[in-house]
Amino acid sequence: MIAFAALVDALVYTRSRNGKLALIAQYLRTTPDPERGWALAALTDGLDFPAVKASAVRTLLMSRVDPLLFQLSRDFVGDTAETASLLWPEPAGPQLPPPRVDEAVAALAAMTRASVQHDLAALLDRLDADGRYALLKLATGAMRLGISARLAKVAFAQAFAVAVEEVEEYWHGQVPPYLPLFDWAANGAPPPSDEDLPLFRPFMLAHPLEDGAAPDLSAYAAEWKWDGIRVQVVCNGQATRVYSRSGDDISASFPEIAAALPVPAVLDGELLVRGSYQGAAEGGAASFNALQQRLGRKTVSRAMLADYPAFVRLYDALIIAGEDLRPFAWEQRRLALEALVPRLDPARFDLSALIPAQSFADLAEIRSGARDAAIEGVMLKRRDSPYVAGRRTGLWYKWKRDPLLADCVLMYAQRGSGKRSSFYSDFTFGCWAGEPDADGLGGSELLPVGKAYFGFTDEELKWLDRYVRQHTVNRFGPVRETDRSLVLEVAFDSIHASKRHKSGLAMRFPRIHRIRADKPAREADRIETLRAQVAD
Amino acid sequence: MAPPFSWLRPEPQGLYIVPAQAWIDPARPVDRALVTHGHADHARGGHAQTIATPATLAIMALRYGTTAGAMAVGYGEGIDLPGGVRASFHPAGHVLGSAQILLEHAGERVVVTGDYKRRADPTCPPFEPVACDVFVTEATFGLPVFRHPPIGAEIARLLAARERHPGRCMLVGAYALGKAQRVIAELRRAGYAEPVYLHGAMERMCRLYEDFGIALGELRPVADVPRSALAGEIVLCPPSALSDRWSRSLPDPLTAMASGWMRVRQRARQRNVELPLIVSDHADWDELTATIAEVNPAETWITHGREDALLRWCELNQRKARALALVGYEDEDD
Repeated sequence: MIAFAALVDALVYTRSRNGKLALIAQYLRTTPDPERGWALAALTDGLDFPAVKASAVRTLLMSRVDPLLFQLSRDFVGDTAETASLLWPEPAGPQLPPPRVDEAVAALAAMTRASVQHDLAALLDRLDADGRYALLKLATGAMRLGISARLAKVAFAQAFAVAVEEVEEYWHGQVPPYLPLFDWAANGAPPPSDEDLPLFRPFMLAHPLEDGAAPDLSAYAAEWKWDGIRVQVVCNGQATRVYSRSGDDISASFPEIAAALPVPAVLDGELLVRGSYQGAAEGGAASFNALQQRLGRKTVSRAMLADYPAFVRLYDALIIAGEDLRPFAWEQRRLALEALVPRLDPARFDLSALIPAQSFADLAEIRSGARDAAIEGVMLKRRDSPYVAGRRTGLWYKWKRDPLLADCVLMYAQRGSGKRSSFYSDFTFGCWAGEPDADGLGGSELLPVGKAYFGFTDEELKWLDRYVRQHTVNRFGPVRETDRSLVLEVAFDSIHASKRHKSGLAMRFPRIHRIRADKPAREADRIETLRAQVAD
Repeated sequence: MAPPFSWLRPEPQGLYIVPAQAWIDPARPVDRALVTHGHADHARGGHAQTIATPATLAIMALRYGTTAGAMAVGYGEGIDLPGGVRASFHPAGHVLGSAQILLEHAGERVVVTGDYKRRADPTCPPFEPVACDVFVTEATFGLPVFRHPPIGAEIARLLAARERHPGRCMLVGAYALGKAQRVIAELRRAGYAEPVYLHGAMERMCRLYEDFGIALGELRPVADVPRSALAGEIVLCPPSALSDRWSRSLPDPLTAMASGWMRVRQRARQRNVELPLIVSDHADWDELTATIAEVNPAETWITHGREDALLRWCELNQRKARALALVGYEDEDD
C-alpha cells in the first residue's frame, strides 16, 4: 500500500501523459502479483466494494469528528476521501504494519454494512495520511487521476514491451488481478484465450465539424445524432452484453436489451428510452431526461422497465454471424445492418434513419429545423470508410445544433469539486416571473431555471468566484446566495417542462456562454420567453 | 456605561480604535495606522502616521519608498495613543518584524494577533502569549484538515528530489516576504551549503533580512548566471512567477511550492505544482486551537480565513466567540 500510495501521489502531481505512463509502468514492473493487478484495477476504476461507499466513509468520520467541522472541511477540500484522510485522528499505541494492496482489497471485499465502521477504521489506523487517501480512493472507486483504461493499457504494454493492440485484445475478458495477463506479458506464457467471451470492441468516434466546413454530401451519408448514450451490443451466441462508450458493461442496467439479441453479432447504436415523456411522439424516442432515470442503476425494478422501456437505435454493425465487417466500407456495413434489423425484436431495436439531403445547404436547413427532444444534431459518415477504432480525421463528423441562449440572473453559487474545490463554480440562475409594476421591477421575482458549472475560462472562473464572495447576501452551508445583480448569458441544447423545479422548466446541457456584467439584472429574460422555447 | 469593548470597532476596512482615532491594518490610507506586519494586505502605503516595529517599517519603506510619519515601537515596548489607549507590540512569530498588538483601555485588554504561528522560525522571534480579555485571531488555516508537518521533513523532501533529478532546476515558489527567507534559513540548517538562486523580485527583501542579522548564506541573482548553469540548483521565485514565461527559460524546472495550502492535493494541482511543500507561516488548526486555549481570553474574535470552523470549535469548547467581517485580507501564504 505504501508503494501504491506513492504512485497515486506521484500521478496526482504529474501532468504529462508520458510521465504518467512511466510511473505506472515502473510500478507494474517492480510490484509482485497479485498486488499489481489489484492496483491496476483500482487505477482504472475497476473495483467495487458494495459496503464501502462515500456515505460509509462519511458516517465513520462523523463518529470521530464533529459533523459540522467535517462538513466545512469537506466543503473546502472538495473530496470526501481526501478530507477523511486528512482528518483521521492518528491512532495511539502500536499498530499492525500497512496492508498490501491485495490484503486491503480482500479486507474491503469482506466488509458488510454491519462491519464496515469497525473494519475500515482498523485499516485506516494502519496507514499514514497518504496511505489513507490511496486506500479510500481505491475503496470508493473514484480515483480521478486521469488514468483512462486506454492509458493503463499503454502503460502495461510499455512495462513489459508488448504490443498495445494485443493488450487491448486480451484485456477485456480478464478480471482483476489479471494473473494470466501478467503471466503472458511478464513471463512469456501463452496469451489468455478470449474466444468464448462476448468482448467489447473499441468504438469508432467522430470529430466535431468545424465552423465553415462543408463536406461534399456525395461522399458522406447524413444521419440524426441522437441524444441518448452510445452503446455496443455484443452477442457471442450464448451471452449478450451491453457496453457503454468507455467499455463498461452496463448489461445489468438494461436487461431488456441484453435479453433481446438472439444472433451472434456486434452492433453499434444509441441507447434511448421510448415513450411520450417530454413530448416525444407516441412510440418514439424520449429526451435524455427520460433516459437519465435508467442510468447508473445496478438493478432495475419492474416499474422502471415498464415506465422507461429502453431500445437501441442501430447505426452500424461490426460483426454479424462471425464475419468481421469492420474492414468493409460503411455502405456495405449499412446494407448488412438493414438486412439484419427486420430479424430483431422491433420493440428493442430499430434502424437509425438516413437524412435524404441533396446538398450541404439542404442539410444545414434540416438541421436547424430539428427540435425533436431526442435529436442533438446530425452525423456525417464517409460512405467508403471502414470501421476504425478511435477518432480518425475525415471519416465521421458530428454537427450539433446551435445552442439556444437566454440571459439569466445569478442567484446561488456553490463550491466545486476536484480541481475546482474552493472555487465557487456551480451557478444557479433564474429568470423573471410575475407582472412587473410601474418602475419595472417590483412585483417580479426570480425563479431558478437551471444550474451550470462549465462554459467559462479559468480567468472567468476566478472573476466569478470573486464576484460571488463580494456579493454574498446569505449562506446556506456550502451554498451562497448572491445579491442577484449579475446577468449570465446561458447556452443550452433544449428546454423541457419539469415538475421538479418551481419554474416548471429544466434545461438540457446548460453552460455559461458569456458573463454580461454590462447588463442590468432587470433586463434579463422573462420566464415566458423560455417557456415559448420548450421542445415538448 | 458603554458596553464592554465598544471602543474597538470592526469596520469593513479594518479594526477601528474609537478613542484613539486609529486603525489596525487598515485596507485604505488613514491618518493613524497601527500595522502588525509587512505583508501587503496588512501594511498598505499612504498613511499619515504609521506605528509598527522597526523591521515592519523597514519592509514598508522598501515597498512604498520612504514612510513619512513612521513611528517605531520595539517588541515589549508600548506607546500612549490619544483617548487613553495604550498600545504595545509583542512577537507574533509570523515573519520578520511581525507583532501582536496589545491594546489597553478602561481596564480592558485586547490582543490583535495579525498573522501568527507557533513553530520555531530562524528568521523571527517566537510568538509570545499575552494575557487578555479579547483575543482577535486570524484563521487562515482554520480547518481541522490543516496540520502542517515539521518543516525539516519538507526541506528533506526538497533535497531528496534534487538528488533524484540531478539535471533539473529545482524551482521553488515562495512568498517573497518571510517564506522565502525561512526556506533558505531552513535549507542552511539542514546543511545545504550551495548557493541559492533568487528571482529578481526577492533580492532586496533577502538583503533586508540580512541587514537585520538573519544569515542566509550565499545568495545569487538568477540574472547573473547563464540559464543552463541552473540545472541541479535551487531557485526561489514568487509563486506568481512559477507559471509565467520567466520559468520556461529554466532548464527542465521541477516546480515546487512552499505553502500551507499544499496540504490539499487539488490546491496543489490548481497551481500546477509537481512537488508540493507544506510550509506555512500561519498557525495550523492545532496551533490556533491550542493558542486560544492557552491565552484563555473571555472572548475570541476571528478576523480572516476559515472563521466558520474556528467559531464551531469555540462553541464546542464553550468559548465565547464571534467572526468579524473584515474585507481586504487575501488568502495569503502563497
